[in-house]
Amino acid sequence: MKILTANRLTDGEAVWFAADGTWAETIDVAETVGDKAGEARLEAIGKAAYDNNEVVDVNLIDVSVVNGAIQPLRLREVIRAAGPSNRLDLGKQARPAAGAA
Amino acid sequence: MYRYDEFDHDFVKARVADFSDQVERRLAGEITEDQFRPLRLMNGVYLQLHAYMLRIAVPYGTLSSKQMRMLGHIARKYDKGYGHFTTRQNIQFNWPALSDIPAILADLASVEMHAIQTSGNCIRNVTADHFAGAAADEAADPRPYAEILRQWSSVHPEFSYLPRKFKIAVTGAERDRAAIQTHDIGLHLKKNDKGELGFAVYIGGGQGRTPMVAKKIRDFLPEEHLLSYTTAILRVYNLHGRRDNKYKARIKILVHETGVDEIVRQVEHEWQALKDGELRLPEADVAAIQSYFAPPALTARPGGDEAVKLARLDSRSFGDWVDQNVFTHRNPDYAAVTISLKGIGEVPGDATDSQMEAVADIAEKYGFDEIRVSHEQNLILPHVARADLKAVYDALVAIELATSNSNLISDIIACPGLDYCALANARSIPVAQEISRRFASLERQRDIGELKLKISGCINACGHHHVGHIGILGVEKKGAELYQVTLGGSADEHTSVGEIIGRGFGPEEITDAIETIVETYLGIRLDRSEKFLDAYRRVGPAPFKEALYASEAKAA
Repeated sequence: MKILTANRLTDGEAVWFAADGTWAETIDVAETVGDKAGEARLEAIGKAAYDNNEVVDVNLIDVSVVNGAIQPLRLREVIRAAGPSNRLDLGKQARPAAGAA
Repeated sequence: MYRYDEFDHDFVKARVADFSDQVERRLAGEITEDQFRPLRLMNGVYLQLHAYMLRIAVPYGTLSSKQMRMLGHIARKYDKGYGHFTTRQNIQFNWPALSDIPAILADLASVEMHAIQTSGNCIRNVTADHFAGAAADEAADPRPYAEILRQWSSVHPEFSYLPRKFKIAVTGAERDRAAIQTHDIGLHLKKNDKGELGFAVYIGGGQGRTPMVAKKIRDFLPEEHLLSYTTAILRVYNLHGRRDNKYKARIKILVHETGVDEIVRQVEHEWQALKDGELRLPEADVAAIQSYFAPPALTARPGGDEAVKLARLDSRSFGDWVDQNVFTHRNPDYAAVTISLKGIGEVPGDATDSQMEAVADIAEKYGFDEIRVSHEQNLILPHVARADLKAVYDALVAIELATSNSNLISDIIACPGLDYCALANARSIPVAQEISRRFASLERQRDIGELKLKISGCINACGHHHVGHIGILGVEKKGAELYQVTLGGSADEHTSVGEIIGRGFGPEEITDAIETIVETYLGIRLDRSEKFLDAYRRVGPAPFKEALYASEAKAA
């Protein structure tokens, strides 16, 4: 499975492309794709958003879905999705909604 | 301290205006990321994992209280309440919005600071001994020469697009505290038999993927030739440095592949055409720059030793701090103080906004308004009256910056690693924190003695692991973090590159491995006076390998 991620141009915030067509600030709503056609579609969306100056550093990343939750395979992406592992008060992990429900 | 003249003010102001305009056009979509990236990098703006990162230059690590207060202000207003002091004596903020960076740069310019040339293939911030101007053992203050190099190298038209980045360090003492032999150019300021000032010149040192100890190519270069000779070196490098392969583009590779003798021949040839030209430093200009670095008026403050002695009786922890974090000053009434940014279990090099402001206040009240950033990621108060040491200590206790661990095993250098950095392969900070906690006991640390432990989260070696007495390099292997250990590195006047001791260790094993290494040292040292590095150099890696891996070999 893959999802599309980037950093927002204006403030560098890590974002993921969501099923509703927006760039979400948390990974849990990212749109997952499981085939080449889906990957190509996300890549095209990423390129368009880059060209449109919405986001930078656009990447398709590998994830697995465990009990309905999206989990990146690489530690780098786990840390991007959560925040610094030594500062649980910072990044996405510090948001009240993170991990809830 | 150096003060901007009208030219400096106009130059930095113009750059802020330029970059503000570039940011505005980027946000408006008028320029692309490909066009913008080199512009933002030239102004110290990186993109990391969670956000942009702004790296601010602290020339030769020297700050005034006013400047430190501004860094605290930026941390609070535009960032998340803290900053990270780096091994290049700079400071990094980890969370600024691109849209706020013009305002941050304007604030910095108001206190004579900027972020120019903190990235890119240019001459980076010139670093210097953090005890410069205070140390009892120096021939002269190296910072005037670092400032001359800064002025000369700022937007130097010939050297703004070098094959790769270029780092220069200067020390004024035989005891090298500026790691000059790990730099592209290392300069050792000294006096000859006639009492004249000049430099021993080293080139081709560096860490990263291919660590090299610099080669001495001149034992004494008279000071007036500083810029002509440096220009000659840069010219040879700019012409012949490899631009075809970024991993082979540093001057260390050129020196290694060409051979020292041939490089020296080329540099000397180039220099012959330059040495008597306009780059020769006029005595009056050197004197003018030196006057900016005139030492503060250190009034006589007798009775300091008595005051310290009495305070020790009252407070053992104060005594520990004096023994560990207070450094001999050239004036016997004074001392240089290391403010440890390595509290047990804390992030090496991090300081909060309020800590920065409090350090600024302490420096203003007791330290002639002067602060240094050390390449070992601590802060220094270079001039404190011994009679005021207890007051300074108490003020540092109040802000939790009074850890007595300078040069001990918990005084760890660590890069930001994978918790922040887009280049990293493994985390550095949590490893440093766990080792620091394991060796939290000051009594144990002091029994172990001087031990420099340095951690990098990738082969670029921002955490200087190659020259740690114990070095730790984080790599990614099969998707997991793995930590390679090197032993026997050193960044002083006897610089050496550490040797890899064997297979790496997982995140859960690395602290135990470090403890095994330390216990092995304690078992083999001749006596307490034989430091870790000396013991390693005497016995070599064998007993450490045996202790770390023997059980595996037997099991196999």
